[in-house]
Amino acid sequence: MADLTHLISEAQIDFANSITMNDLEVAKAKYLGKTGLLTDALKGLGKLSNEERPAAGAAINVVKQGVEAALSARREALLNVEQAKQLAQESIDVTLPARAQSQGGLHPVTLTLQRIEQLFHSIGFEVATGPEIESDFYNFTALNIPEDHPARAMHDTFYIDEANVLRTHTSPVQIHYMENALKNNKTPPLKIIAPGRVYRVDSDATHSPMFHQVEGLWVDEEISFANLKGVVQDFLQKFFERDDLTVRFRPSFFPFTEPSAEMDMSWNGGWLEIGGCGMVHPEVFKHVNVDHEKYRGFAFGLGVERLAMLRYGVNDLRHFFNNDLRFLSQFR
Amino acid sequence: MQFSENWLRSLVNTDLDSQALSHALTMTGLEVEEMQPVAAPFSKVVVAKILAAVKHPDADRLQVCTVDVGLAEPVQIVCGAANARVGLIAPCALVGAELPGFSIKQAKVRGIESFGMMCSSKELGISEEATGLLELDSDAVIGQSIREHLDLDDHLFTLKLTPNRSDCLSLKGIARDVAAITGASTSFETISAVTAELSEVKNIVVTEQTACPRYCGRLIRDVNAKATTPSWMLKRLERSGLRSISAVVDVTNYVLLALGQPMHAFDADKLNGDLAVRFAKEGESLVLLNDQAVTLKTDDLVIADASGAIALAGVMGGKSSSVTDDTVNIFLESAFFTPAVITGKARRLGLSTDSSYRFERGVDFGNTRHAIEYATALIQQICGGKAAEVSELISVLPNRNPVKLRLARLVSVLGIPFTQDKVAQLLTQLGFSFTTADDVFIITPPSFRFDIAIEEDLIEEIARLHGYDHIPATPPVAALTMLEAPEAKSPLNKLRDCLVSSGYQEVVNYSFVDESWERDLLGNANPIKLKNPIASNLSVMRTSLWGGLLDTLVYNLNRKQDRAMLFEVGAAYFQKSSQDSSLAFVESTYISGLAYGSAKPEQWSADASDVDFFEVKAHVDALLGGANAHKQVTYEKAEHVTLHPGQTARILLNGVAVGWLGKLHPKWQQHYSLSKSTFLFELQADAVLNRHIPSYQEVSKLLPVRRDLAVVVDADVAVNALLSAVKKANIALVLDVALFDLYQGQGIAENKKSLALSVLMHDTQKTLTDADADAAIANVLQLLQDNFGATLRN
Repeated sequence: MADLTHLISEAQIDFANSITMNDLEVAKAKYLGKTGLLTDALKGLGKLSNEERPAAGAAINVVKQGVEAALSARREALLNVEQAKQLAQESIDVTLPARAQSQGGLHPVTLTLQRIEQLFHSIGFEVATGPEIESDFYNFTALNIPEDHPARAMHDTFYIDEANVLRTHTSPVQIHYMENALKNNKTPPLKIIAPGRVYRVDSDATHSPMFHQVEGLWVDEEISFANLKGVVQDFLQKFFERDDLTVRFRPSFFPFTEPSAEMDMSWNGGWLEIGGCGMVHPEVFKHVNVDHEKYRGFAFGLGVERLAMLRYGVNDLRHFFNNDLRFLSQFR
Repeated sequence: MQFSENWLRSLVNTDLDSQALSHALTMTGLEVEEMQPVAAPFSKVVVAKILAAVKHPDADRLQVCTVDVGLAEPVQIVCGAANARVGLIAPCALVGAELPGFSIKQAKVRGIESFGMMCSSKELGISEEATGLLELDSDAVIGQSIREHLDLDDHLFTLKLTPNRSDCLSLKGIARDVAAITGASTSFETISAVTAELSEVKNIVVTEQTACPRYCGRLIRDVNAKATTPSWMLKRLERSGLRSISAVVDVTNYVLLALGQPMHAFDADKLNGDLAVRFAKEGESLVLLNDQAVTLKTDDLVIADASGAIALAGVMGGKSSSVTDDTVNIFLESAFFTPAVITGKARRLGLSTDSSYRFERGVDFGNTRHAIEYATALIQQICGGKAAEVSELISVLPNRNPVKLRLARLVSVLGIPFTQDKVAQLLTQLGFSFTTADDVFIITPPSFRFDIAIEEDLIEEIARLHGYDHIPATPPVAALTMLEAPEAKSPLNKLRDCLVSSGYQEVVNYSFVDESWERDLLGNANPIKLKNPIASNLSVMRTSLWGGLLDTLVYNLNRKQDRAMLFEVGAAYFQKSSQDSSLAFVESTYISGLAYGSAKPEQWSADASDVDFFEVKAHVDALLGGANAHKQVTYEKAEHVTLHPGQTARILLNGVAVGWLGKLHPKWQQHYSLSKSTFLFELQADAVLNRHIPSYQEVSKLLPVRRDLAVVVDADVAVNALLSAVKKANIALVLDVALFDLYQGQGIAENKKSLALSVLMHDTQKTLTDADADAAIANVLQLLQDNFGATLRN
């Protein structure tokens, strides 16, 4: 029987010359197909004697394995090429912009209010709310501002009718809250902040007829003016994330607090007015039947837009209410 | 309150400089709103006298003056002022002088040497306009610095006084407070009674003693009403912002500023009989000094004579009895009117006078007599005249009840330690008389303080004098308890976040809107109106947030935006409902949104299709938290004046209407010139905030089976009704049914539509057989046939 070993190298050459899978299949058939060279050789074994056959068979099998190894090596190589080609085809520009969704965002006043609420919440203040159309009683009288009191002239009030106004401050929420607390047998300590819209008949570059305030109230047995300063200073330091901020109190007058103070905050070497505060006036406690000998309280009012302007560097109050998307989208 | 710093300093001897004084006032409660120098800095300007003046040889309008400037030799000055003349005493800037904006050098003016410049008040920077050289008094000292002569090294202080501090509405009061603050001493003029030269007195009847507890009046005869007000007084008046009127009126104004006591001078010859202090009669009229004719009410206090009201007490005198240049005899009034009686009266007439401002807040009733003596002395000094005795009527003056101050209370309210000695010292500085018993001070407030009635008033005084600056910022020490956290209520902020995730930008619009938005856009003929709106387009309270959102949309489209998704959270305001009379008005917090233009921003990888009803509905669904067993959200076809009649849904939550969703009506689209459709929604926040607390249900281990079903129904069948009918029918084994395709068109009759439904079935006990599923589907189909006329699609 002729030596067929040469077929291995011949097959390797044929396979290497096959560029596609189809070529390779044709080349494969030449050796391993039904009429392939090795198939023929195996068929020829039958003509051999019993003695010759095992050795000859073994020899053919060695060759066949060699051819098959060459075939699978080439097949894998071709597959790799094809896969590489497909991967290359599937390649994309990953730097293209993402499929964009509509982008929403919160108003800067909301961002500021959320921040204020979060900070006061962290020391146990609840959020309370009240109506924006207030009776004269809640907006003024219960806050110790009787009719014709000169302090009423300090509030440029929007009137609905004789008895009702748009609230000029968030302070009436104090009254509502304390009244309700008492009705529900809830006793001090009471700690609330009351954020919301307030209204004054005033409109220019630095005044808006509608703006936002946050009222704060803490009623307890032992709570002092020094504590009020402590809480406000703590808040401002945390709000602005600046440990060096200090608060200055200046004597002032609000009928519903005594002692009363204007709050100034140190800012870029000067002082900025940021709100009013004081110890709850006994007359206010009397209106809501809180024992003013046993309990004391402090209250403060902060201008939200003012804080937002300082925090985010906004230079004109009017931006907050023009709702220009080019302005609002900066706060996302 | 505006005043001259130098005037104040003449009354209180403080060594604080101007800045420090201003700061001290501000930090103790008398806020200095403004502090302005009377004159800009300048130097080397002196009082000078023109000794000779000859016409400049080469210039018609110029004169060559020989001027005495107080030096050994007169100087030659070329001057162009029209009023330059021999004998004139005027300011002269010497060579080397620095004036506001320029300096004086030796110069040749049209060939003639000039050694300085004669000055106008404008050139010195003390007035805006001037017509010529500033003419000085004939007794001015030649060579004296003009700053010294005119007292220009002075500041104008403007205080922003709080309503409680009426005691500081005078120079005396401010000086008193400066002394209290700083411990400095005061030097007030001693006021002594003027000796009466006339025996006659005017009869005065005070019928309203509560309203007028103290009234002082005095006749002064033979005054020269044409006398010139002395320059020292004029200067102080001017620097307090008051113009000179006439000598007599200037004196009354001066006393008002100096002592805080409003005064009035009547022309005694125009008074008709006895005077009365009484309330006005209904309809009584009076022409005031400012020519304003007023009709009085019965709570207006007046000074009257036999002819009727001649002055509105504490507010303004009458025209008919006013002092003129021809006045010879005057009747001077100094009174104390009760604040509550005067309060609001001036404002009612659209007035605010220096007098009413003070009486409303409280005038020192211990000072009434001093003031009339002081004014009399000044009038005699300036206008001459003989004074009669003062007629004084005193009834019951305001009580100054003793007020207790407990040291322990003071310490605990302020949160800082105080000794008894320190408190005593501060009270003494304030000029309060007091006694002590143990740790309690008992203080009798002085007549000039109207704001000391309770312990807190005193605590504030002590804090103020101690210095708010010296109160430390002390964190409170308190018992810790946790706050409630109701899980069944979503915070409003969570809903905001939900809309932001859906692509909406929050806006904040005014709560007051254009009345036409309410009337036309929303069909609300009766919105809550403001009595005094800031502008006619902000005159009523909104009942919907849509007007603002549309306005914001237009504002932004005008600024080249081509799409917008906006939302606002805020109140809407309603007239009181007739059922509930306990509420004056009803406020409801709304969450409202608007979507306009392409659903997504323009981009390479998605089409620019415009937002549509169902997209916005998805956003609303997300807001509502999806339907579940505890929250049944349904949309029903409805009509709303703002919205497209065919694309409007009322939103119901558990059967209760909570809001609207729809497309802006085409007529409004046109009105707002919108090129694309606009979708709007509005929800009541309260309803939306409710959530349920999850409660676990057993999950079946058996897998559900899905069967699809295509049925044909009439085109106007509401799909939601059909789906919920199936769900509500509780058909055995049927777990859920959903619409996965909707088809109208070829193969389906014109007035019909084809619905492809997926029916999900399961059996909690055993695996479902085909026969079971077939039976269940047949039941579904039967129900659809019976209730909706559905047929199986071939």
